[in-house]
Amino acid sequence: MIEFLHNKIFLIALTFIVYLGSQWLQNRLRVVLLNPILLTIIVLIGYLVLFDIDYPTYRAGGEYIEFWLKPAVVALGVPLYRQLETIKKQLLPILMAELAGCVIGIVSVVVTAELLGATRDVVISLAPKAVTTPIAIEISQSLGGITPLTAAVVVCTGIFGNLAGFRIARLSRVHSPIASGLSVGTASHAVGTAAAMNRSHRWGAFSSLGLTLNGLLTALLAPSILELLGYTP
Amino acid sequence: MILQCSIIFGFLAIGELIVYLTGLPLPSGIIGMILLTCSLKAGIIKVEWVEGLADFLIRNLGFFFVPAGVGLMECAGIIKEQWMPIVVATIVSTAVIIAVTGQVHQFVRRSTRRLRHD
Repeated sequence: MIEFLHNKIFLIALTFIVYLGSQWLQNRLRVVLLNPILLTIIVLIGYLVLFDIDYPTYRAGGEYIEFWLKPAVVALGVPLYRQLETIKKQLLPILMAELAGCVIGIVSVVVTAELLGATRDVVISLAPKAVTTPIAIEISQSLGGITPLTAAVVVCTGIFGNLAGFRIARLSRVHSPIASGLSVGTASHAVGTAAAMNRSHRWGAFSSLGLTLNGLLTALLAPSILELLGYTP
Repeated sequence: MILQCSIIFGFLAIGELIVYLTGLPLPSGIIGMILLTCSLKAGIIKVEWVEGLADFLIRNLGFFFVPAGVGLMECAGIIKEQWMPIVVATIVSTAVIIAVTGQVHQFVRRSTRRLRHD
């Protein structure tokens, strides 16, 4: 009987049901920290630890859910298309903002982690944390980071951006919907974009633009920036 | 539904093909997204053909990240040893990116507007 707790389909069903419950709980209580993604991750880890199930066993089911991430990223082309006119009009501000966000993003995480005593492989794993999982893992792997750590930190960064992104934007006097959407997507990829989509499709479109441009720039620039900071592969 | 899946997965497959042929260090999804936007703009694809599935996928974006997040349990050791730099650097850097990106955008936008009006 206990064997059944390892069943792939059962683990997939459990993921859906826990997420559904978390959404319900958040709608009832409206506590920001009860983010459904975060809560589901915590409950599932608790379940796996309790029944002594290892991560590869969970992943055998979980990869069917993760699979939808790729087509979902393609789908972000639709809101992007709907905002194409505005993007064209603001090409220069958008590009300058992205370039600044990308470079300062990498430098800030590397320097802070270093000052607080993180080891070399951890620093490299954190460097691409702002961009979407596939890009971040690619970068982390090629430079000698710990890929599972990168994947986990990317998700946590996303959740933090989802929870606090727009509050941080307001506190730092970023008011226009375009600027705040863009910056949340730049800092916290698709999970942050989910929060932007909840506000409106316009916010969401600029957030997808932010995640795309930062993804491209990070893939291109991260190796050189890390080299300048003394992290040669 | 089949049409919508054909388009979304078709673009994803083209992305995979481009990565395979060129060895670009980019995920196929991002390439597919850019190509989909361009095809919508060029009128090759009509937005009504994809928006149902696209909106569904985008609405549930966060859910698809859950399995990767559960992967946290794989690196419990490193996190226990170095949780402080990991947590603080992530939070500080995320806040810095939001402030810098947003401020630069607003600043450049104001400046270019002023130039245009002069």
